[in-house]
Amino acid sequence: MSPFVELSGLVKRFGDQLAVDGVALGIIRGEIFALLGPSGSGKTTTLRLLAGFEMPDAGRVVVDGADLTRTPPVARRVGMVFQHYALFPHLDVGENVAFGLESQGVGRGEIARRVRQALALVDLAGTERRRIAQLSGGQQQRVALARALAPEPQILLLDEPLSNLDPALRERTRRELREVIQRIGITTILVTHEQDEAFDLGDRVAVLRNGRLEQVGTPDELYTAPANLFVGRFIGRSSAAPAEVLGAGAGDRVRVRVLGVEWELERDANTPARGPAVMLLRPDALWPAAPAPGRIVGRVVSRRFIGPSALFTVDASGIPLEVSAPAQALSIGEEVGLVPSRRTGGSAHLFPAPP
Amino acid sequence: MNGRSRSRLAAWALLLLLVWLVVYPLVLVLADALRADGRWSLAWVRQFAASGIEWSALWGSVWISLASVAVAGLVGVPLAFLVERLDFPGRRWLATALALPAVLPPLVGSVAFLFLFGETGFLARLVQTILRLDAPPWRFEGALAILLVHGYTMYAYFYLFTRAGLASLDTSVYEAAASLGAGRRRTLTRVVLPLLRPALGGAALLVFMTSLASFSAPYLFGGGFRVMTTQIVATRLNGDESLAMVETVSLTLVALAALWLLSRVEGDVAVAGKGVAPAPRQVTSRARRALLGGAAWLVGTALLLPHLTLLLVSFVPLGTWTTEAVPPAYTLRNYVTLVTDPVRWRPLLNSLWMALAATAAAVALAIVAGMLVVRRRVPERRWIEVLLAMPWAVPGTVFAIALATAFSVHRPALARVVLIGTVWLLPLAYLVRNLPLTGRALLAGFRGLDPALDEAAATLGAGRLRTLARVTLPLLRPALVAGATLAFVTAFGDFVTSIVLYTYDTRPISLEILGSLRQSDVGVAAAYGVVLMLVSATVFALGAERRAEGG
Repeated sequence: MSPFVELSGLVKRFGDQLAVDGVALGIIRGEIFALLGPSGSGKTTTLRLLAGFEMPDAGRVVVDGADLTRTPPVARRVGMVFQHYALFPHLDVGENVAFGLESQGVGRGEIARRVRQALALVDLAGTERRRIAQLSGGQQQRVALARALAPEPQILLLDEPLSNLDPALRERTRRELREVIQRIGITTILVTHEQDEAFDLGDRVAVLRNGRLEQVGTPDELYTAPANLFVGRFIGRSSAAPAEVLGAGAGDRVRVRVLGVEWELERDANTPARGPAVMLLRPDALWPAAPAPGRIVGRVVSRRFIGPSALFTVDASGIPLEVSAPAQALSIGEEVGLVPSRRTGGSAHLFPAPP
Repeated sequence: MNGRSRSRLAAWALLLLLVWLVVYPLVLVLADALRADGRWSLAWVRQFAASGIEWSALWGSVWISLASVAVAGLVGVPLAFLVERLDFPGRRWLATALALPAVLPPLVGSVAFLFLFGETGFLARLVQTILRLDAPPWRFEGALAILLVHGYTMYAYFYLFTRAGLASLDTSVYEAAASLGAGRRRTLTRVVLPLLRPALGGAALLVFMTSLASFSAPYLFGGGFRVMTTQIVATRLNGDESLAMVETVSLTLVALAALWLLSRVEGDVAVAGKGVAPAPRQVTSRARRALLGGAAWLVGTALLLPHLTLLLVSFVPLGTWTTEAVPPAYTLRNYVTLVTDPVRWRPLLNSLWMALAATAAAVALAIVAGMLVVRRRVPERRWIEVLLAMPWAVPGTVFAIALATAFSVHRPALARVVLIGTVWLLPLAYLVRNLPLTGRALLAGFRGLDPALDEAAATLGAGRLRTLARVTLPLLRPALVAGATLAFVTAFGDFVTSIVLYTYDTRPISLEILGSLRQSDVGVAAAYGVVLMLVSATVFALGAERRAEGG
């Protein structure tokens, strides 16, 4: 199936700074696609290239088979929810939602009907005559969504849609947002720097850094099979320790020395055959036991309680390792010996050491 | 052609227009100052430099401006502190009355002072009657008289700026100072005043530039005291065109030097955040309350005296007020003739249409400038801003002379046409003088708009025109109204440029006031003044209301 939205070889420069550096993506019809990355990674610029606010220096933007690279935003049929919503403060809720329909020359009665429909969709039925300033942050976010959806765009773009809400409200709004998008089945691209948001909303997630695409995949894929050290560190909790691959082990495993002990680990696509490496360890990759030879010995330096379990930081010869264990299992100052958990597949990865 | 090159093209068109209106006339003045007998020559500059009169006029301009800053500051700043930081009976009334001098156009203010303090004014006659003197007890003229008028009309800048500055100082600033053991005096000198520096610097600059350009006060009360603005007009009336050009250049140089110096001093102290000022301190001592309250009422009423004087004199029939302390007869006829006598209402119509046209054009240019500078961020934006602000730095007399020079010959190849003697020169001059007012307001307005609003309109399918009409302009309304009211009021009451450029057909209100005074028809002069004052006040009040609605 050919993708509904296709970005190929996108390049955007601001002065001598390369904001987007050869991004290529295919987004399937009806999919919710998240662009995730730290600030300055080029995710917002990519979205703005899609909306037409910026023109790429190279590359193409194709939606539904039509090349939109040089099409101005007015003609793109793209709905967008802005980070600060950009609701028109001088128009009331109904007029805001009607704005896009008026541009299309929709008749009066039809406009009223579709405004009503759009507001009902976001659970704000009957608020047509309210002023924007009278709405709470969450309501403003929903009006912005209704306004973007009312003209029935081909694709919906969300720029950090939840960053303006306080954390207590965020989770609920996220759920509602997902429901609305899924109900109408619109192809959606959202930009966020919050992994939770990307994982919760996105069917697939693209991780960007310095204008380049690092990896695209489902949340599970990104967590269990990070394509490189950056993605591994950026997605989920992890510790990194210097290691050395000593050679092949039994079956599909490699022998590795890490923090003075020798282990055998499952091999994956990035594991170097031999030589210096970095070992990425999820909190469940290690298990605390009594200090003994053949175990990574360290001292518990901090504890973060998170309900059924706790995250302990163990200082192993100067390398901080994060270990998940039952809340009462360890206490601060205690000396422990860490052993690999039984199931290390997907929670410990070896990458070539950076040069 | 794509949007980017269209913007560049528009930017260059605007730049060219501004250069033609703002810079080119000044360059022509400079060229004329450096020519004699059809050749480049420093003859006129030498004559200027050798003349003691010229130097004394230039020095007079500078020191009267410095003195005006001192007087206005000494009056305005303490009053602002009084109203903003202390609560006493009559505080609200005083706060309002203190802003009233701002609604008097400069000429009207000067005329009111003439009626009040002049040698045939109320005060002089009163003293003369009481003391049974044969002659008026004083002549209201010279530097002191000018300084008094300047002080009265310009302290409001210090007053308003300081109040705004104080209102933006957060309570926590005072509390922090107090918690660190600073007393009231130390808080004032080490914390509050330094934080007010940008506001005070801004007010000082405004007063200095306004005084330097001031024309009506020295024109009416100068006597033997020379300043450059009146000197230029006098020289020109004598027919010494080239010398007038040199004088014009000298005044421009002083203005630009002052602007440069003061803007360096002004600095950029940013007050962190939008503060919530502490509530004014209640004055508790009963005696002090009575004293402050009484003084507040007295000062407030005294500030209204010029306005009231004008109103009273406007009812005086022609030739009835001779030696009496108070006019003996009153009539409404002065107002009636303003609307019935075509010769009398012509100036009202003239001022109205010329001010409206100039304001509309200045607003339109400012909108274009705002879009290009703030939205499209064209590479030429810096130049557009400088050119828009420039007429503010250059005294009105200078611009009047410059425009009269530029548009006195027909040389289309040099972009010069004869406009002098036509009805178009005066509106053009008002337009140039209005550019900084509308430009400043609209650039600020555009900067306050979230660019995402335009982008939102675009994703919703609205083209440029629809976005402008439905989103940008409605949101710019406060800035539009602020810029337009200020521009209209300035043009409507203009005297400085009008006296140089008017013709009989375009004579504005200000010149009719002067003409009536010359014919000793004080009643009609005052009636015009009252009309000017009321229109200005009404436009300001309407503007403030509409702005409040829009915000």
